[in-house]
Amino acid sequence: MAEEYAIRMVNITKAFGTKVIANNKVHLDLKKGEILSLLGENGSGKTTLMNMLSGIYFPDSGQIFVDGQEVTIASPHDAFELGIGMVHQHFKLVDVLTAAENIELGLPGKAVVDRKAIAAKIKEICDRYGFIVDPAKKVYDMSVSEKQTLEIVKTLYRGANVLILDEPTAVLTPQETERLFTVMRNMKADGKSIIIITHKLHEVLEISDRVAVLRKGEYIGDMLTADADAQKLTDMMVGRAVALNIERAEPKDLVERLRIRHLTVKDADGITRLDDINLDVNGGEILGIAGISGCGQKELLEAIAGLQPTEEGSSILYFPEGQEEGEELIGQNPRTISDMGVKLAFVPEDRLGMGLVGSMDLTDNMMLKRYREGRGIFADRKPPHKLAEDVVAALEVVTPSIETPVRRLSGGNVQKVLVGREIAMSPAVLMSAYAVRGLDINTSYTIYRLLNEQKKKGVAVIYVGEDLDVLLELCDRIAVLCGGRLNDIVDGRTATKEEVGYLMTYLKSPEEKEGQA
Amino acid sequence: MKFLSLLQSAIVYGTIILYGAMGEILTQKSGNLNLGVPGLMSLGAVGGFIVSRAYEILYCGSNGLTPNALLCILTALLGALLFSGLGGLLYSFLTISLRANQNVTGLTLTIFGCALANFYGSALLQKHGGVGSLSLAVTSNAFRAVIPGLETVTVFYALGWLVYISIALAIFMQWFLNRTRVGLNLRAVGESPATADAAGINVTKYKYVATCVGACISGLGGLYYFVDYVKAAWTSDGTLEALGWLAVALVIFATWKPARAIWASYLFGALSWLYFYIGGLNRSSQEIFKMLPYLVTIAVLVFVSLRRSKESQPPASLGLSYFREER
Amino acid sequence: MNHSHEPLIHIAKRDGIVWWKSWLIRLTGVVLALIVSALFIYGISKLDPLKVYGAMWDGAFGTSKRAWVTIRDTMMLLCIGIGLAPAFMMRFWNIGAEGQILVGGCATAAVMIYCGNAMPTWIMLVIMFAASCVSGAIWGLIPAIFKAHWNTNETLFTLMMNYIAIQLTNFLVSKWESPPGSNAVGVINLNTQSGWFPSILGQQYLLNVLIVLALAVVMFIYLRSSKQGYEIAVVGESENTARYAGISVKKVIIRTMAISGAICGVAGFVNVAGAAHTISTEVAGGRGFTAIIVAWLAKFNTFVMILIAALIIFLQKGAIQIASQFNLNDYASNVVTGIILFFILGSEFFINYEIRFRGGKS
Repeated sequence: MAEEYAIRMVNITKAFGTKVIANNKVHLDLKKGEILSLLGENGSGKTTLMNMLSGIYFPDSGQIFVDGQEVTIASPHDAFELGIGMVHQHFKLVDVLTAAENIELGLPGKAVVDRKAIAAKIKEICDRYGFIVDPAKKVYDMSVSEKQTLEIVKTLYRGANVLILDEPTAVLTPQETERLFTVMRNMKADGKSIIIITHKLHEVLEISDRVAVLRKGEYIGDMLTADADAQKLTDMMVGRAVALNIERAEPKDLVERLRIRHLTVKDADGITRLDDINLDVNGGEILGIAGISGCGQKELLEAIAGLQPTEEGSSILYFPEGQEEGEELIGQNPRTISDMGVKLAFVPEDRLGMGLVGSMDLTDNMMLKRYREGRGIFADRKPPHKLAEDVVAALEVVTPSIETPVRRLSGGNVQKVLVGREIAMSPAVLMSAYAVRGLDINTSYTIYRLLNEQKKKGVAVIYVGEDLDVLLELCDRIAVLCGGRLNDIVDGRTATKEEVGYLMTYLKSPEEKEGQA
Repeated sequence: MKFLSLLQSAIVYGTIILYGAMGEILTQKSGNLNLGVPGLMSLGAVGGFIVSRAYEILYCGSNGLTPNALLCILTALLGALLFSGLGGLLYSFLTISLRANQNVTGLTLTIFGCALANFYGSALLQKHGGVGSLSLAVTSNAFRAVIPGLETVTVFYALGWLVYISIALAIFMQWFLNRTRVGLNLRAVGESPATADAAGINVTKYKYVATCVGACISGLGGLYYFVDYVKAAWTSDGTLEALGWLAVALVIFATWKPARAIWASYLFGALSWLYFYIGGLNRSSQEIFKMLPYLVTIAVLVFVSLRRSKESQPPASLGLSYFREER
Repeated sequence: MNHSHEPLIHIAKRDGIVWWKSWLIRLTGVVLALIVSALFIYGISKLDPLKVYGAMWDGAFGTSKRAWVTIRDTMMLLCIGIGLAPAFMMRFWNIGAEGQILVGGCATAAVMIYCGNAMPTWIMLVIMFAASCVSGAIWGLIPAIFKAHWNTNETLFTLMMNYIAIQLTNFLVSKWESPPGSNAVGVINLNTQSGWFPSILGQQYLLNVLIVLALAVVMFIYLRSSKQGYEIAVVGESENTARYAGISVKKVIIRTMAISGAICGVAGFVNVAGAAHTISTEVAGGRGFTAIIVAWLAKFNTFVMILIAALIIFLQKGAIQIASQFNLNDYASNVVTGIILFFILGSEFFINYEIRFRGGKS
């Protein structure tokens, strides 16, 4: 009897360190000739699971069967041999080489590269599935979609029967996505099995035969796409609301602090990261920002902080206490913003790469933003030393001493140092990005408490988060970003998890928005 | 006549630099920035000196034999490749296995290599009674042998066969880097070791081999300098060290392309000797003229960084150590 | 599960290491280097290996004059290392110390030649100091400006600047040569000693020591305690963090390289006015390269630099002594320098990484 399953993953467990269990006894079956969607929120363990299939990680326990045979996949090379190919979100291509050269890289064969033969073989694959690849084109001349096509062709060229695509549509335009789906269907018709990781529900419904859902490292279940609809999938993905009992005071004395208008940001490659954002931020409330990762959260915060070049027409007005006139923050940098007297606290996502200096001790990190204070050429280390002691005492930072480089502290303590420093500047606006990522429960509650204290003091708090339960219990309003656009702003007290989850994955059409207004 | 004479000096001088630069191009293609080129070239020169002296003077001289030209060539080559290859191995071990900083290790190799070469070179001279007293005539003549048929042709009559080898090697390297599987993999290692690793390429092995072979090629430049330029009479005047730095400059000037390094090296040679052929220059203006190769290199360096042409950039991971992070 | 793919040796980056362990590792490296150097010297001299270091000590400190020359040369190397420290702390590869020393030396020599005997020595010293600072700073600024604005590779740029400085020096030497045709400048102001460092307390080289030690202290404090030193540290660690903190990365790069170049220029001043009393490319003589390694190994700590510089100069002087005793040449000293540097470089690995063998506990 022919084996029905191309891949079976049984009881797969993978932990990072002692605390984070990325996958807990996960099952996953992939039938031959099917397209399986792997659905889940950020941090649900989808990519980790697939990385074990492609040889990047090695499972702590569990079994993997390919074509019914139990196998060990210890390296990407092992995965190739078994006919498994993965297209990562970050492409693994060499810029200065051509498409053909990238495809041939590392393969055994004759000493001299036979370009004609390679080109012919590439053409054959392209013709069979409907790709367009110019073998002689250099990767640096390619668009994102061309690079992705090249990655897929590369895996097929190496004989992959099982393709794993990690959020392939995140970087594509709708037209390019359509083209990708066409070739996926062609590959399926040719007997290839495909796993597609995605957040976008309409794509799941459109392309896949079956959907498997992960949540917080656990396998939730699977269903045939024919039986699924957006609501059912959202329910599976986000789960039932969990009561966290985070304190939330009624906001009072709201005052407008930031008025963001027509904020548009393009990255170095010219891709639009934020598209015409209009948003008000008020003192005395916590504004949540929800969205799939990479939908413009980072750019939004960095634009406010003066770290992100913006497009013409963007405006961010800051309204100081008791002033009618707003001050423009666009075109400023962190230094000039601080010189303007704007007390802007920012807890960035990259704690050790941006918010703190890993090799420096607590004292030196405390003075990062205020080392210029005081007269003379010497930096006064007494106030930051005192501050470091205060933060350690108040937030119960576990550290051998004030002189310990922060790199050596645990993740939670690093975050306490960073948040403690930012709060100590008595900010008017406090922005935080993924403030509780990787932290244990107790530290997370400490962070929530600190944010709430700031809110009660009248600070405008912006909380970019990924856990919907937290966003819904902590925030007064939640702005939902989807693909760089502001999809909607909902009330944190009345919105449901399903509603927010839906807004994160399904961009409203302009008509729908019109109807709401 | 003046022009032909300049051309000839340019080619001789350029060939020394060309070997040094080709070795460094190969090394840099693997992502290793080896600032030890002057040291490697010196090691190549002294290696050739020591081993061919052992044959021509010690073995043949004391036994009253006539040195065999072919054996002279082989012993000199053996010495040059052995010494410079060991220098490359030392650099590789420190930077690849022990992950020492490439700049610092390369500079140390230059200090060490130049000193060791000059130490032994001068010591051997001294043994034989000082400067001018020891010259490996047979070895030198064997290397300076002119390709048959070119004896009467202008310019070419004065070029030893290592000149033609260098041109062939440059063209071969260009072809090797662009057309062969190993060359392709090597470029991937220098551009993006993580990608190469994921594609199943042994990054450490590629870096080691490229760096050591590169060191040997650079060493040949030293050997050529010794047997041809100074006619196998050792001098410790620092010329070779200066030429070694010019070789590093040439890598930039040639934008990491061996074939381009051929004419570029002759241009460097011509620029270095131009002062000699321009009439009416006094000694001080000559010194100013000698700045030219370096000024031109800076201009190219700046131009490349301004233009950001993808084709003329250094290998993307140049100067960085690579190790796969613990999973 | 099959673990056959796991390597036997496992290398992991250390989080940190207690200070005495790291110094023990370095000490082991130095001892090994000394043994290999002794073997090298034994190889050339057949001197009893145990007596080698006695002879070397004699070469470095055997007489009061030798001791002062050893100290003088240590100070010279230290001065360049001090200049390089801020650049390296910023992770800017200033390979151009050699050139910066030379232009500083040329400026000093120019003042000695053109203003010599025309004014009191102390005024001249001030002018020479300023001139060497400015010229060294300019030499450092050129690559820095290109680095800051266009990210031009500073390693290669500063390297090329060395050779331009060497040619510039040769040009000036031929302009100032005396006697004509000698291709050397000769001792400047031989009779009047105008512009020479005066003897202090009867010691010819005491002023060199005082200037360089003062610089060491000032640089130590500048990097440790000043606002600018803090900025340099942040930029070196992460440009992203620097921007987050409102530090202008370009400004810091340019300013720091001006300082770095200026101090290397001062090293040229100290050597020309305080030791050589002439100008030639030997004023730098490769020290700019050796000092790079000194500064790197000392991790920007100017006091640790004193130790490393003293060790290198001691070995060099000792090797020269032995070489001359056995009628060999001075290149032995740089061979020994190379050996010791290789060993210290290699020992850094065992400080930064720990090696575990599979099967055993970490």
